[in-house]
Amino acid sequence: MTIEFFILMLIIFMIIAALIAVESIDLLSAVIAVGAAGFALSVIDLLAGAPDLAFPQVLVEVITLVLLIRMVMTRRDTSRQTSRDTLRTAVVLLAGSVFLVAVFFAAGGMGMSGGIPPFGQPVMGSAADTGVSTQYLTRCAEDTGAANTVMGILLDYRAYDTLGEATVIFVAILGGYVVLRRVGRKKDAKEVEPS
Amino acid sequence: MGIAVYVLAFGLLLIGVYALVAKKNIVRIIIGIAILGYAVNLLLVLVGYRHGGTPPILADGQTSADLAARSVDPLPQAMVLTSIVIGLSVTALAVALAIRLYDKYGTFDMNDIRNLRG
Repeated sequence: MTIEFFILMLIIFMIIAALIAVESIDLLSAVIAVGAAGFALSVIDLLAGAPDLAFPQVLVEVITLVLLIRMVMTRRDTSRQTSRDTLRTAVVLLAGSVFLVAVFFAAGGMGMSGGIPPFGQPVMGSAADTGVSTQYLTRCAEDTGAANTVMGILLDYRAYDTLGEATVIFVAILGGYVVLRRVGRKKDAKEVEPS
Repeated sequence: MGIAVYVLAFGLLLIGVYALVAKKNIVRIIIGIAILGYAVNLLLVLVGYRHGGTPPILADGQTSADLAARSVDPLPQAMVLTSIVIGLSVTALAVALAIRLYDKYGTFDMNDIRNLRG
């Protein structure tokens, strides 16, 4: 009960931080509000029994914050505070209400197959213990020799998935390097290139 | 209470969509993408949560069947771990593109960038 209450409070904190990030006038305070939301998410992971997610979330949050602050601090924000476009806001609110109605219907069928499971009772917790999560939990120690089931799934059962993830990171870093590099951008930089 | 947690997570998703659609500043759009990622990760972790569940880590002297009876769902956590790192790469690439746009046009405003084409 208490842990659920803390999770609820932290989600409300995340929503407030996200609203500040979206609506504040200063860009630097917006970026810092996003950082607050990310650190709150890592605390939620820690409370919800996912320490394997809390530590990468903190690491990723620090890197994101450094990148965004580095981008915002040295550049002047000349964007005008334009009046809100009512049509687009209406479209967003309409889509949002459709989302919420869908959630209510999906979560309304508690325990039924196909809906979102009720909070605190995951799919694997049901009586039928043939689900893949239960199989991972019971077999992980002897199959992979890993005490940490999440790492066993990530690095053994689904190792190709992790390889694809590493490929995505590599391509993203390569793309950022190509976009930001100085060589080859101007004509007079040609003599710098050896070929 | 359970419904409230899911609805608030979807509300966070909604804030991200709103920032993505209605804002004209590139930094705000990147912030919207980041908030969308937070909301989806949060929802997946919450779906896998079990009341009073332990982390899916085998303790010393604990049997696997006992762990399976009381642990939270490990599969969404493995998926979300991939998603977190890919979200970082998306943010890094978007920041690189925004810096390049600022170098070329001198502004973060999408309206000005659109008008300055040529």
